[in-house]
Parts: sequence; structure tokens; C-alpha cells
Amino acid sequence: MTAWFHILSLLGGAAVIGATISPVEAAGALEGGGRQALNIPAIAMFFVFVAATLGITYWAAQRTRSAADFYAAGGGITGFQNGLAIAGDYMSAASFLGISGLVFASGFDGLIYSVGWLVGWPIILFLIAERLRNLGKYTFADVVSFRLDQTMIRSLAALGTLTVVAFYLIAQMVGAGKLIELLFGLPYLYAVILVGALMIIYVAFGGMVATTWVQIIKACLLLGGATFMALMVLMHFGFSTEAMFKAAVDIHPKKLSIMAPGNLVTDPVSAVSLGLALMFGTAGLPHILMRFFTVADAKAARKSVFYATGFIGYFYILTFIIGFGAITLLMNDPIYFKVAANGTYNKITDLLGGTNMAAIHLSNAVGGSLFLGFISAVAFATILAVVAGLTLAGASSVSHDLYASVIAKGKVSEDREIRLSKISALAIGIVAIFLGYIFENQNVAFMVGLAFAVAASCNFPVLVMSVFWKGTTSRGVLIGGFLGLISAVTMVVLSPAVWTKTFGFKTALFPYDNPALFSMTIAFVGIWLFSKLDASERARKEQDAYEPQYVRSETGIGAAGAVAH
Amino acid sequence: MNQDVFDRIKGDRRFRELVAKRTRFAWMLSAAMLVIYFGFIFIIAFAPKSLGTPIGSGVTTIGIPLGLFVIVSAFVLTGIYVHRANTEFDAITREIVEDIK
Repeated sequence: MTAWFHILSLLGGAAVIGATISPVEAAGALEGGGRQALNIPAIAMFFVFVAATLGITYWAAQRTRSAADFYAAGGGITGFQNGLAIAGDYMSAASFLGISGLVFASGFDGLIYSVGWLVGWPIILFLIAERLRNLGKYTFADVVSFRLDQTMIRSLAALGTLTVVAFYLIAQMVGAGKLIELLFGLPYLYAVILVGALMIIYVAFGGMVATTWVQIIKACLLLGGATFMALMVLMHFGFSTEAMFKAAVDIHPKKLSIMAPGNLVTDPVSAVSLGLALMFGTAGLPHILMRFFTVADAKAARKSVFYATGFIGYFYILTFIIGFGAITLLMNDPIYFKVAANGTYNKITDLLGGTNMAAIHLSNAVGGSLFLGFISAVAFATILAVVAGLTLAGASSVSHDLYASVIAKGKVSEDREIRLSKISALAIGIVAIFLGYIFENQNVAFMVGLAFAVAASCNFPVLVMSVFWKGTTSRGVLIGGFLGLISAVTMVVLSPAVWTKTFGFKTALFPYDNPALFSMTIAFVGIWLFSKLDASERARKEQDAYEPQYVRSETGIGAAGAVAH
Repeated sequence: MNQDVFDRIKGDRRFRELVAKRTRFAWMLSAAMLVIYFGFIFIIAFAPKSLGTPIGSGVTTIGIPLGLFVIVSAFVLTGIYVHRANTEFDAITREIVEDIK
């Protein structure tokens, strides 16, 4: 241990002495000096991407006339394209930067998150995807309210959607702010505003067509970039993963423990709760569920899931390699760290820009400044594409569910509904900028975990119960779904991650960071119980209406083709 | 789509068979995925050390290929379902819907 510190201080000391200025400035100078040279290709590539996506948005705006175009790209996306777009929604800044950062910080633990995110996919396919396509039109609330009360169900679905979108957006905005801050030296707030403004433009003008194509292009760029990075890392170790792990264990301060589950999951309840949130949260994310309405039929919906699972799985394997690559290639190199006055640095927490920047620094280490520029541009593109999808989901929920169905009771023109959706996109963008600014110092991967807990505890139970159980009634869904949502949010707020780390209270009132085990149970039991207790005339009619819904969900007969009018 | 069409489809023997077959198949695959995944999670929860057992004399632990296996199994299970649903199940559905119409 002492020897290790000695080596560290020697390395750090050399850097400080070489700079002949105070260590703090030295770190700053290293950052600044490094950046100027690297900045030009990065900025150039940012601009190329932004210009290209604005071009797509313009093209999409020309084609977006009807509500079906705006919400569901007119049903004209193929299974393969949709698979890429879904994968793109997954390969968010939180997955790419957060997971590789988590692997960088604690090794094996990163794999627990990626595996959990992935295994939700088969379940979505087996139980939900085709029924969703057969029953719905634009939002998942269409499916839940198929035979249930429009006002009650859509209000709840909108609440569930907006809560998830808010949590998820915070995570993405934080990633965006940190990334651009590091890359341009642009203040965090300005970076967040830039991202917010671009996403508003994509969604408000280009609707689902633009949102989908931005996502597809970015997915290709990111898969290409991550593949190159992983290959370079593996090449460094002669394509021997054993050699890579060996080097990582030698270098990492946690030594051998990075090769086994560590502190991420400390007890069985947390493990199961996290697992449930990751797995079933996937099946409740509104921006993902919306993607099933952009394809022509159930067959294409299934294919999308197959391609998406392949791309996502492949991507997570790459992320794991990238995380280990970052351990081996960055940790001994002080230029990537904030070096303290005595020349030492913490190999994990002192990484410039935080551990979430591990993948970005690695791109410099394996591919030089040009590749750093490329990966930075891609990471930026990633955030933009994902926040655009989230914003669209949120805006659709406000205009299609809340406004058109709840407030106007269906008496609203298509033009007016679309216009309202665009205004909602603007409002959501502004709120996202504000929230992104407040939550600057939260771990991004973890914030996504919070979004998943809410999705798993409100949207997912509501969807499953309305599709699979004849006895489900509006009152049951409303009360059960609301209880699931409230309990998930409350437990998250009272959990160690928010109550102690964010609010600064001494002890958390709820012991687990992931409440899904409890909140999902509350939601399912709530829906079941309050449906059973519902003896109203309406409840009986709703239960009778299950049969036609069932036939349509199984065959697709009479399903809304989301085609252009 | 009127009530009559729904009733006729619902009364169709092939429809009931299709749904029963597909539902069984989907739940079977779901169960497989859940067992694999929660098996992995339970090992992490109850015996985290066991995943840290090195393979042979190296530092690579059995947790790594096991995690990889979960990822690959998700892909394979989806492939199995999509293949059967897009060929066999869709053909039966089409047949029923066309007959009824």
C-alpha cells in the first residue's frame, strides 16, 4: 500500500514539477492545454452532426402533416430501422458513459446494470410488444384505456409518463452538461441550455420522423465508435481478455474485487429490487413503448425487439470492455486526473470530469485527438437523440392523453392537438433545462435507475393488468397505478441516494435505493384489490368489453394502422 | 369491426388453439429468461463471493462468462420467439382472419 502511494506521488510529483506552477493550475493547464488541440475536430464533428440532424428535421417537417405522422412517423418505420432506433434509445449517455464509468470505478458491478437493462427485452417481446401494436395508436395510454374510462386512465398514464420522463431527462441532461463542460469548457448551464434548445427543435418541427432518424443515425455512429474502441483495447492486450483483466486488477485500487460483485448490491432485497426495476422498468418506459406504434404491424414490432436486443446486448459487451480498457489505459496516466498539491490523485474519483468521463478519455488514449473528437461528438449526439425521444413521449402524453382526451373530451381538431404537442415540447424542454441544472451532481446511471423504478411501478403494472386480466376496472387501475407511482417516488425520495446524498439529511428514512420490489407489489395488489371491490355498473361493462379487446390483441384484427391520412 | 366478427373469431377452434399455443410458448420463454436472470441476481445477492471464483489460474472469474451468458441468452430467446411467431403463428392468424372476413 505504501509502495503504491509512493509510486503515485512520484508520478504525480513529476507532473507538478514539470509544470512549475501550483498543482491546481497545473491540472487546469493540462485540461486547457489538452483541449485546445483536441477541440477543433470535436467542434467540427459536432457541427456536422447538428447540421445533418437539422437537415433531417427540415425534411421530416415537410412530411409531417397528420397526427399519425407526428406521433408515430405514419407507421412507416421498418422492423430493422425500429430495432436500431430502440437500441439507440437504450444506448443513452447514461448507458454509454454511466455504465463504462461504473465499470471503471468498480468493475463487475457495471455488468449487473447492463444485464438488468437487457433482459427486460425478451419479456417485452413475449408478453407485450405485439399486443401493444395491436391495441394502441400513439401512446401506451391508448392501450390501457382501450376498454377503460378515458379520463381516469389517461390522467394516470400522463402522470406516469411525465414522472418517468422527468427522472430520465434529468439523467440525460446531467450527462450532456458534464460532457460539453469538459469538452468545450462551456459552463454547465449553457451546455444544458444548448441541448434543451436542440431537442425542442427536433421534436417540435420534426415529430417522430425526425426523432427516429436522429436516433438511427446516432445508433450507427455509436455502435461503430464503441466497436473501434473495444477493438483497440483488445488489440492492446493481443485479444486476450485474461491479459486485460490481469492488467486491470494490477492497476485498480480495488484490486481483485473488481472481478466480482461489490458494493453496488449489498443485500438480497436490494439485489432483487434493482433487478425488478431494471427488468420491468424497460417495459414501462413511455418513449420506448411509443416506438411500437411506428411500425406497420405486429410482425414488424416483433422484429424490432429482436434486432434491438441484439444491438443492445452487443453494445453492453463493448461497454464492459471499454470500462476495463479505461482502467488499464487511464489509471496510471496523471494527465487524465486532477492531481492534488502533494502530487497524488485518487485513481477513481479524481478522473477529470468524474468517472462518467472514462469512455471519453479512453477514446483519446486509443485513437488520439481526432477520435476523441469523434466520440465526443457521438456522445453529444447520443444525448440529443435520447432527450428528443423522451421529450416527444412527454409532449405526446400531454397533448394526446391529457389535452385531447381528458380536457377536450376528444373534441379537438388534429391540427390543434399537434400544435399543443409542440408547445408541450417547448415547456418540457425548459423544465428539463431547469432540472438538469439542479441535479448537476447526481450519478447519471443511478438517476436512470430511479426512472426505471417509477416505470416498473406504475406504467408496467397498469399495462399488464389491463391487457391480461379481464377483471381489471378503471377504478382499480387508477388507484393501484397511483399507489405504485406515489410509493415509488416517495421511497426514492426517502432513499439513501436522495435523502442523504442529495438533501444532506443524516439517515435515510427508507433503507433501499431501489424500491421496485415494494412499489411494484403495491401497484399490482392495488389494481387487483380495487378492481375486485369495484361493483359499479361501469366496472361490469368494462369487464364485458374485455373479450373484443382480447381478440384484437391476439390477432391484430381492426388494429389502427398508424398510416398517413 | 363489429361484435359478430369478434364472436366468430372467438368461437373459432383454431383461434383458441393458436392463443393457447402462443401463450404457453411465450410464458415458457419468459420463465426461462426470468430463471436465468434472477438466478444471476440471486447469486449476486446470496453468494457474491462465488462469482469471484477465478477460472483456472487466471484472474478472470466465473462471473464474467456468466454475465455474458445472460446477455447472449436474452438474444437467443428473442430469436426463437420471433422466428416461430413470424412464421407459424402469423400464418394461422392470417388464415383465421381471412376465413372470418
